[in-house]
Amino acid sequence: MTQPLWEVFVRPRRGLAHTHVGSLHAPDAELALRNARDLYTRRQEGVSLWVVPATAITASSPDEKDSFFDPAADKVYRHPTFYDVPEGAGHI
Amino acid sequence: MYGNDFAEAGGAGCCESTAGGTLLEQVEAAERELRSASERRVSGDNRLQGYFDAVIEADQKIEPRDWMPEEYRRGLIRQIAQHAHSEIIGMQPEGNWISRAPSLKRKAILLAKVQDEAGHGLYLYAAAETLGISREELVGMLLNGRQKYSSIFNYPTLTWADVGAVGWLVDGAAIVNQVPLCRCSYGPYARAMIRICKEESFHQRQGYEILYTLAQGTDSQKAMAQDAINRWWYPSLAMFGPPDSDSTHSERSMAWKIKRFSNDGLRQRFVDMCVQQASVLGLELPDPELRWNAERGHYDYTEPDYDELMQVIKGNGPCNRQRMEHRRRAHEEGAWVREAAAAYAAKRAARVPEVAA
Repeated sequence: MTQPLWEVFVRPRRGLAHTHVGSLHAPDAELALRNARDLYTRRQEGVSLWVVPATAITASSPDEKDSFFDPAADKVYRHPTFYDVPEGAGHI
Repeated sequence: MYGNDFAEAGGAGCCESTAGGTLLEQVEAAERELRSASERRVSGDNRLQGYFDAVIEADQKIEPRDWMPEEYRRGLIRQIAQHAHSEIIGMQPEGNWISRAPSLKRKAILLAKVQDEAGHGLYLYAAAETLGISREELVGMLLNGRQKYSSIFNYPTLTWADVGAVGWLVDGAAIVNQVPLCRCSYGPYARAMIRICKEESFHQRQGYEILYTLAQGTDSQKAMAQDAINRWWYPSLAMFGPPDSDSTHSERSMAWKIKRFSNDGLRQRFVDMCVQQASVLGLELPDPELRWNAERGHYDYTEPDYDELMQVIKGNGPCNRQRMEHRRRAHEEGAWVREAAAAYAAKRAARVPEVAA
């Protein structure tokens, strides 16, 4: 009998984003949340928890990472360092 | 907790190159290195083996969906699974003392520690599952004996002082074994190990504190602490596995950056640490040959009895049968809980109202 796999995300402190910390098995969302509390926040590691069914995640394929991410490689103008700021211009 | 006694031993090379500092500092250094390595660009062939080699070469991490050699996958599954089994079985020798801890404080601490061991087992099972094996298969291989757990847990905890000795020596040896695994090339395993090592540090210190307290107590308390150290010292040394001269050298495991130091190198590091710690306790390590060797810059020590280690691994240790029987019984007796939770989840799922289109 296989229990579904859940991915666990923890918000460490207010103001920070939820971060993936690991996974666990549980029969339903409610127990997944309780198990996640016992497994990943025994030492006050978080103020908020998300559990997401692993099957609900769609991932990019590592085999296609080049064609998938390369289009961003030649767009250096998206970074502020691309631009020359004339001498004397402040607050920019 | 974890020993190295079932894993293939690594090749040559030793510990000179590791970062110094406390164990926690070493774990944090491994964590920083993980981050900084991830910023390096990996060049090289983008296809399969070429890319895999380039990632390893750059000290970056292999992640679950990356291509990897089948041997790498299989070897890791075996190692991580056996590590997980050790954490699960490792709850038993200490759990033995929860109901008889000498104070409420000690009982609460011991409960938290045993709960941590369960947590460590679960982090590790989850890491193994990312390699494409199911939890059922993993648990099955522990229960049917196809996979081993660390032989150290086949020794009994006879007195309360054993809880201290297990924390200080067994967890201490485990940490020495595990800190290098924080730099393992497989991402999920390395991340789990960083988390585990940080938590193990509490385990080791609580054990040391128990022994220190007993050593400051009455003569009989001090004698109890000494007796526990006498019994746990050599089995703890055996946790590092057979000597390098006898072990199947796994050059590949070193080349793949799964294992980084040899059994004897890690064992020596552990001995060197313990001598000083024992002197602070005012207790003795049961080895008349233990002395500083200025030439080597290390302590000389008596090797553990490796024939005994092999016997324990084969199933003939003092508690092998008891540990497995207990684990199988706990699994069977917990079946109804798993079934009830699944039935409840199914019932509730069926009752969820359809969302209007």
